Amino acid sequence: MPESFRRGVRLGLPYAAAGFVLSLSFGVLARQGGFSALQAIVMSVVVFAGSAQFAAVTIVSGGGSVLAAVAAASLANSRFLPMGIGLAPSLPGGPLSRALQGQTVVDASWAMASRGDGTFDRWQLFGSTAPQYVTWAAGTVVGALLGSDLGDTDRFGLDALFPAFFVALLIAELQDRQARSIALAGAVIALALVPIAPAGVPILAASVAALIGMRR
Amino acid sequence: MTIWLLIGLCAVVTMAIKAAGPIALGGRELPPRFSAVIGSMAPALLAALVVTTALASGERIAVGADTAGVAVAGVAAWRGANVILVVLLAAGVTAGLRAL
Repeated sequence: MPESFRRGVRLGLPYAAAGFVLSLSFGVLARQGGFSALQAIVMSVVVFAGSAQFAAVTIVSGGGSVLAAVAAASLANSRFLPMGIGLAPSLPGGPLSRALQGQTVVDASWAMASRGDGTFDRWQLFGSTAPQYVTWAAGTVVGALLGSDLGDTDRFGLDALFPAFFVALLIAELQDRQARSIALAGAVIALALVPIAPAGVPILAASVAALIGMRR
Repeated sequence: MTIWLLIGLCAVVTMAIKAAGPIALGGRELPPRFSAVIGSMAPALLAALVVTTALASGERIAVGADTAGVAVAGVAAWRGANVILVVLLAAGVTAGLRAL
């Protein structure tokens, strides 16, 4: 097993711990939204995408259609499209193998595996995602079984976990002035689009800010 | 039944989105300018994730207890705190403000 896989596991552990709490709150939300415990757990195991799962559950439990929920989940996940495009040149093998390797992309792992020069350390990516996958499933099991006993999880401030998680990742990326300009531009684009575009689109559109990197 | 359908469809679209880039563009050298843009994507996407999760609720700009919690967490992260401490602070401050 490559050394970079082990490094990835080590780097992924704190995010895995945070993901556990987050997926626990997903389990609770899904139960309150009419999912069975099994359905909540299976969703985390086969979808493994926090923002998409929260979006889909929120919509169906609010009386929205399956189609609307799937559309919202796709938009929430649309950021994985540019992430996958960026990762692609660093993946060896045939199309099927690359498609499978691409499944390991989650925000924290992808950002940490980026070397900043357009290449990615794929074994580190796999390593960081492995513990996050395990705790994502485990947290959902706990949350789904506790179910509605917990009441409103906002009381515990769990809705602040997701953004705090991204803040920690973002700050690690802000090494030079250009990265800070790009982050600022991304934030401005996303915020400007929030009132007029469906959830997910503002994040996808923010990837345009990366074009600033061409000046390097 | 509709929930199982929802789960299946969400799984399929998520896999397809994650597979699209690697299938279309894998295993080849790309021009240096393209690589520079890719290398700059992490700060852009992460900043967008931060502001949309901390400052927006659905399609509205909304500032609440969670925004304050995330701001405190941001300062801690800036000063080099471990990510576990960062997320615990965010949740703790948010829960504390809501309990007031």
